Amino acid sequence: MNPISRRKLIYGGVAAAAGIGGLAAADRLAKRYGLVPPDGGGIYGPGETLTYACQRVLTARTPAREFPRSMISKDPFANAVAPPKDDFKRLQAGGFKDWRLVVDGTVARPLSLSIADLKSMPIQSQITEIACEEGWSYIAEWIGTPLSGVLREAGVLPQSRYVVYYGTEKGLWGSIDMADALHPHTFLSMGMNDGDLPVPFGGPLRLRVPRQLGYKSLKYLTHVTVTDDIKKFGSGKGSVDPDYGYSWYAGI
Amino acid sequence: MVRVTHWLTFVAFVALVVTGFEIVISHPRFYWGEVGNVNTRPLFVIPIPASRDTVPTGYRYVMPDQNGWSRYLHFEAAWVVLLAGLVYGIYGLGSGHFRKNLVPARDDWTWRAYRNRIARYLRRERPDCAEANTYNVLQRTAYLVVIVFLFPLIIWTGLAMSPSFTSAFPATAELLGGRQSARTIHFFVTWLLLLFLFVHVAMVALSGFWTRVRGMITGKTRDLEDGP
Repeated sequence: MNPISRRKLIYGGVAAAAGIGGLAAADRLAKRYGLVPPDGGGIYGPGETLTYACQRVLTARTPAREFPRSMISKDPFANAVAPPKDDFKRLQAGGFKDWRLVVDGTVARPLSLSIADLKSMPIQSQITEIACEEGWSYIAEWIGTPLSGVLREAGVLPQSRYVVYYGTEKGLWGSIDMADALHPHTFLSMGMNDGDLPVPFGGPLRLRVPRQLGYKSLKYLTHVTVTDDIKKFGSGKGSVDPDYGYSWYAGI
Repeated sequence: MVRVTHWLTFVAFVALVVTGFEIVISHPRFYWGEVGNVNTRPLFVIPIPASRDTVPTGYRYVMPDQNGWSRYLHFEAAWVVLLAGLVYGIYGLGSGHFRKNLVPARDDWTWRAYRNRIARYLRRERPDCAEANTYNVLQRTAYLVVIVFLFPLIIWTGLAMSPSFTSAFPATAELLGGRQSARTIHFFVTWLLLLFLFVHVAMVALSGFWTRVRGMITGKTRDLEDGP
């Protein structure tokens, strides 16, 4: 063995050891500061974790992009939803008077709120873009009350890490971390473009998460559960999306 | 370092092109500006069936939908390109690789130098001895355009489509004219990078494929001067 290749071997060995040590340290740090997404395992885990960790460090508190009123899309696209079941039709016939949003989990005071209850909370509006993972998008005015206000009323316990949510569409559920749940632009939307939120767009109640892709903004919201352990839900990957091959975090 | 980052980027680029194609077919329509959807007029449409039945393509056929794993792999491969690019960029600046091997010599900063080199390609002249171990002015220009313009632009336009990243840096989308403009530019830059890849591989093939590929892996070119 000549000296050059021995030197290269030593350098290579030191570099490899430093790399592995660095990765292990990064992994421990990421876990400690909650920078690993619930679907951060498997072959796509490293990419997902890098994306989520960087986004959390850079964007935990940044406001969603807002647009002037003149940019509201004239003809927004509602996307397809499953045909409504009888339960939904009955609620719709009653003007959604009996619609309930249940708030429970790791909270001091579980709540059950009607649409009227929600409308009596501080109402705000945002003109933001909804972008689908397919590539299309539109801008609308969303009217509702920030999820953070409802969570404050329920009294979120300090150990809480995620907010899990369900709607009337069977099998569809998701979750967001506390940074997104408490973000001022994360809305419980009851109105759109100065009217009630139309049913094809998720009416009477849609969760609006404008800093993530459209599939995180669940339509027909009925149930919000705050939790300290996301592994207890479904297959433990934070939402139903990873079961279909889609990432839990959809900020990109 | 140049060779390691080159091959990492190559593998990741192939993954990005394949998964990028899978993502595009879920909505093979392109727009300009901030927004665009099936209710707005497209800039252009790729005349292929889509992988989602909500897109009116004129075909009755809906392609298999592969968006889920494609998006996972697209972003993971993008990280490989970004990190390999950073390592390469720092190494290239620090070691003088860019200055020595890629920036054209002062005398070559003329149209005549480019015309001469193009003419020599067209006459199919063999490279002379001086060129066997270095890059000529056209190669240097092409590599620099890819390294300092196309790769940064495709990363930029990719990030401009992220609703979270643009919440922190809205200018990434605004400077390009909006989210849909970014998507359209992303698409065209992909084609420019593919064009570069085809020409690059064709040139490697013309100058003796296995000898060159061996050189690209081992860094040795000593048997080139003898030639076949």
